[in-house]
Amino acid sequence: MERRRQRTQQIASRAVQIGFLLALFALWYLATNRWGVNHLLLPNPIAVWHQLMDVLSTGEYLPDLRVTLTEVAAAFAIAVTSGTLVGYVVSRSRYLIRVFEPLFAGIYSIPIILFLPLYVLFFGLGPTSKIALGTTISFFPIVLSTIAGFSNVDRVLVTAARSMGASDYQMFRFVLLPAALPVILSGLRMGFTVALLSIIGSETIASLAGLGHHIVQLAEGMDMARMFAYIAFVVVIAALLNGVVSTLEARGRLR
Amino acid sequence: MSAGDVAVRVKGVSHQFGEASEAQYVRALADTSLDILRGELLCLIGPSGCGKSTLLNVIGGLLAPSGGTVEVAGKPVRGPMPRDIAFVFQENALFPWSTVMENIRLGMLFQGVPRAEHEPRAKQCLEAVGLSDFAHHYPGQLSGGMRQRAALARALALQTGILLMDEPFGALDEQTRMILGEDLSVLLARTEKTIVFVTHSLGEAVFLADRVAVFSARPGTIKKIIRVDEPHPRNPAFVTSEKFTTLRNELYALLHDEIRKAVAESGRAGNAGGSP
Repeated sequence: MERRRQRTQQIASRAVQIGFLLALFALWYLATNRWGVNHLLLPNPIAVWHQLMDVLSTGEYLPDLRVTLTEVAAAFAIAVTSGTLVGYVVSRSRYLIRVFEPLFAGIYSIPIILFLPLYVLFFGLGPTSKIALGTTISFFPIVLSTIAGFSNVDRVLVTAARSMGASDYQMFRFVLLPAALPVILSGLRMGFTVALLSIIGSETIASLAGLGHHIVQLAEGMDMARMFAYIAFVVVIAALLNGVVSTLEARGRLR
Repeated sequence: MSAGDVAVRVKGVSHQFGEASEAQYVRALADTSLDILRGELLCLIGPSGCGKSTLLNVIGGLLAPSGGTVEVAGKPVRGPMPRDIAFVFQENALFPWSTVMENIRLGMLFQGVPRAEHEPRAKQCLEAVGLSDFAHHYPGQLSGGMRQRAALARALALQTGILLMDEPFGALDEQTRMILGEDLSVLLARTEKTIVFVTHSLGEAVFLADRVAVFSARPGTIKKIIRVDEPHPRNPAFVTSEKFTTLRNELYALLHDEIRKAVAESGRAGNAGGSP
């Protein structure tokens, strides 16, 4: 009975969500086709759809997609390596935690994207400045969650392992790591999200290539329908990537 | 039990937390000496914060005392001795991300038991504590009593001569506690283990122990040792016997004044830093 009611509720809320999206599209359609909103401000949804099909079938998005994904992958890989390493080292000493945890948390709370002009100055307009910025931004959630994960391991578990003769390696592999993993994984997920956000965002501000770059070019060329098609494409790519990362996180937690 | 055969020798052990000038300073244990005989079950009982858990940790090598020494089998204790001493903690000392079986195997892995022996030993210990059907459950899926049985199985699998138990049933309800106590008595009658058992419960102490060491209020030291002459395994009927009641009352009288002192002391100190 209870399960059935939950199921009905679930279907009902799904229906509302889908209905909301449909209404939004209907409004968009009416605004452009009936109410005469300027197509330079808001292109027709059907024109956008045709453009999207064209973009997908020609594969012209591939070079830009490759640039953006490479930047994200590089930034995330560097941030994961450095963030977990630094986080682990800091978590081993109360003194280091007291010094560095507030420092990292403080830097994490400021909008690092403001330093983009500096990064461009140092690393140029190409992918390097995007990778550097993405790394910086995603380093902080990763290092903070790693510190939190390793420093909050239940003391009694460590004591129990020590009493049974666990070596340093065994303590890390069988006690500290599994205890800290769920917290670290959620930090990795956040790190990935902000790396993706900041890299695409900075491509729209100052860059030579990438999906964000392409969208701005289309905007400057007043090619609104195609720009909307590209935005939709990037939204889908971002949703897919975040979905993959969330699934991996859930898997890791289950272990 | 051959009398006079000493398994653990505690010589003049004292311990304080923090420095004398600090606000956190606590004298947990004053000059304490004690011989624990091979094969006996010794209960440590006393008011909260009297240092009985501190003494247990010192014996197990988890805590270096401020003064004095502990010898196990003639060797001074300088750190954990996983081949000689196993622990059962108060609660939640099982690794929550591992099943009961994996927990037991991890203990043996840490201690250095050959891998081929893991499975048979683990099964045998699970059977001994009555948890065979729950080998592949996670600790979170078990009741508090079952978790402590699993923790006991993990300790038994290490096959140490000495077992240190720090209020292992402290977080359980009275009835579960009673049953676990009876089972423990049966289990231990079959092994030759030397056991030190910290408890708050007078009944538990009399029911389980060969000797009960009563602690004074902080800084704790052993005030008196009471002998319980009753063979293991103890019959549940022992609880209703006159002997049990007499011993329990004697313990109560000894403890009552100390508990009063401890309460007055903690009131004065504004509850500054009780030892866990």
